[in-house]
Amino acid sequence: MTGTDLPALSIADLQLLLRRREVSPREVIDSLRARIEAVDSEIGAYLSLDTEAAAKEADKANVDLPLGGVPVAIKDIINVMGQPCTCASKALQGYRATYNATVIRKLRTAGAIPFGKTNLDEFAMGSSTENSAMKTTRNPWDLSRVPGGSSGGSAAAVAADAAFGALGSDTGGSVRQPAALSGVVGFKPTYGRVSRFGLVAFASSLDQIGPLTKTVRDSALIMNAIAGHDSQDTTALNEPVPDYAAKLGNDLRGVRLGLPKEYLIEGIDAQVKAAINAAVNQMNSLGAEIIEVSLPTTEYAIAVYYILATAEASANLARFDGVRYGYRAKNPRDVLDLYGRTRGEGFGSEVKRRIILGTYVLSSGYYDAYYLRAQKVRELIRRDFARAFEKVDALISPTSPVPAFKLGERVADPLQMYLADIFTIAANLAGICGISVPCGFAEVDGHRLPIGLQLLGKALDEARILQIAHAYEQSTDWHKARPPIAQTVIHKSSAQ
Amino acid sequence: MAKTSDLDVAYVARLARINLTEAEAKVFQKQLHDVLQYVEKLRQADISHVEPAAHAFPNFNDFREDTPRDWFTAEQALSNAPRKANGLFIVPKVVE
Repeated sequence: MTGTDLPALSIADLQLLLRRREVSPREVIDSLRARIEAVDSEIGAYLSLDTEAAAKEADKANVDLPLGGVPVAIKDIINVMGQPCTCASKALQGYRATYNATVIRKLRTAGAIPFGKTNLDEFAMGSSTENSAMKTTRNPWDLSRVPGGSSGGSAAAVAADAAFGALGSDTGGSVRQPAALSGVVGFKPTYGRVSRFGLVAFASSLDQIGPLTKTVRDSALIMNAIAGHDSQDTTALNEPVPDYAAKLGNDLRGVRLGLPKEYLIEGIDAQVKAAINAAVNQMNSLGAEIIEVSLPTTEYAIAVYYILATAEASANLARFDGVRYGYRAKNPRDVLDLYGRTRGEGFGSEVKRRIILGTYVLSSGYYDAYYLRAQKVRELIRRDFARAFEKVDALISPTSPVPAFKLGERVADPLQMYLADIFTIAANLAGICGISVPCGFAEVDGHRLPIGLQLLGKALDEARILQIAHAYEQSTDWHKARPPIAQTVIHKSSAQ
Repeated sequence: MAKTSDLDVAYVARLARINLTEAEAKVFQKQLHDVLQYVEKLRQADISHVEPAAHAFPNFNDFREDTPRDWFTAEQALSNAPRKANGLFIVPKVVE
């Protein structure tokens, strides 16, 4: 179809064309592949692309299915049978998945085509995608800056119109924060809403898969496909899945929005603060009631997270021992030498740091002081949210206290990197759902850098959070803005 | 809570079966010391009469039917093995 820049379309708009037979799934895949070729040498969002397999799937796609013929990019920590699953780690270089994650099976049942594996911080540990052992991913809005992380490849691909939508995983903000920094929508469902079977485990009591998309409606469409019970993940909740997309469209009259007073911390960028204030006023003018609430345990969230997440990671990553798959050190002397060198050579610095911290907090003599105490404070955090949600339907905050930072700026100081997760981490500890939607731009060094608004909702209240986010999004133009690199490509192709 | 100076990175790395270079151990010692100093703030939280939360959303005894199903074959299970022979994973000798 001439005249339409296919890769720039939202999933919902693409489906209209597909269902009217104005474009074929094959044309869609081909146009997307061309876009990836045009921009990804600069962005670095993808680690692998199985073009041939995707083309075959496109040729037999049924466009009348809920996501029929729609390509979806997959964070390279989710297993797609026959394709690499590196977790951006040297430890899994060359590994090919021998089975499909449940979300992949469900996407295909809905007609979608998993296409392309996206870059991430190694094993999803990080907030900038700089911990990838594979490549650097750059922010499409300013190529000298990070896309956020850990789902930075997924976020950058969607932002640069090099993916219609993508899956990420969110353990402490790894879907929402890169969505905010790259200017797209990122949705973290309730813990257990989406099966993690086939997601390489980082912190099992926190991990959750979620979509990154151009619009809130697109996130709802992907949620419709991937949510629900799964006999292969004992934490996947056996609760009915509503039609999230069909429930969009309500306005904000009567909605109660909570502003946590503890979130007005020092260190929030002035332009981020101004954008959030403007968004709050906008939602107020659309009929929402704004109520101040208190989450007194906010100051403990990051400390609790880095004890529990590292403890769980130290156990989960024990499987990477060089025996059954992945990297193995050369010429091991004995089995301990095999383990020690395989893991020492295979893991990057951040992964090693976290395994060591996690091993320490679980070790004899320290368990009560660190791990057990952190689990108890986690319960306090959970109660804080439960109390807040008695008064309000959703909580509002920035997604990240700062816009995208420079590549290399924070790598030397892990603690400073951790502190940037202040607004996203508590949602994983409390198991609730949350979303980041674009709410403006910061002007920095002549670049426009996206700002994200975070809305948090109580457990299993995804439909309402998506409704509120959609009502806000549709009253603004922020989600329509495209980064310079996507615009350049459009001009090039229309000039031909 | 224990004193943070108790952390001996080289020792814990051995427990975790991760060989570190001396340079790595030195950098991690400083960085993890900072992180442990930071988490000291949890000592201020009043956790008397609080049960630990292992999961945010407890979900118990969700069992599936114990029935055979198609799964990957031995060949597929071995397809990523760094060393294999005769349908087995090959590792250095464990028992003398």
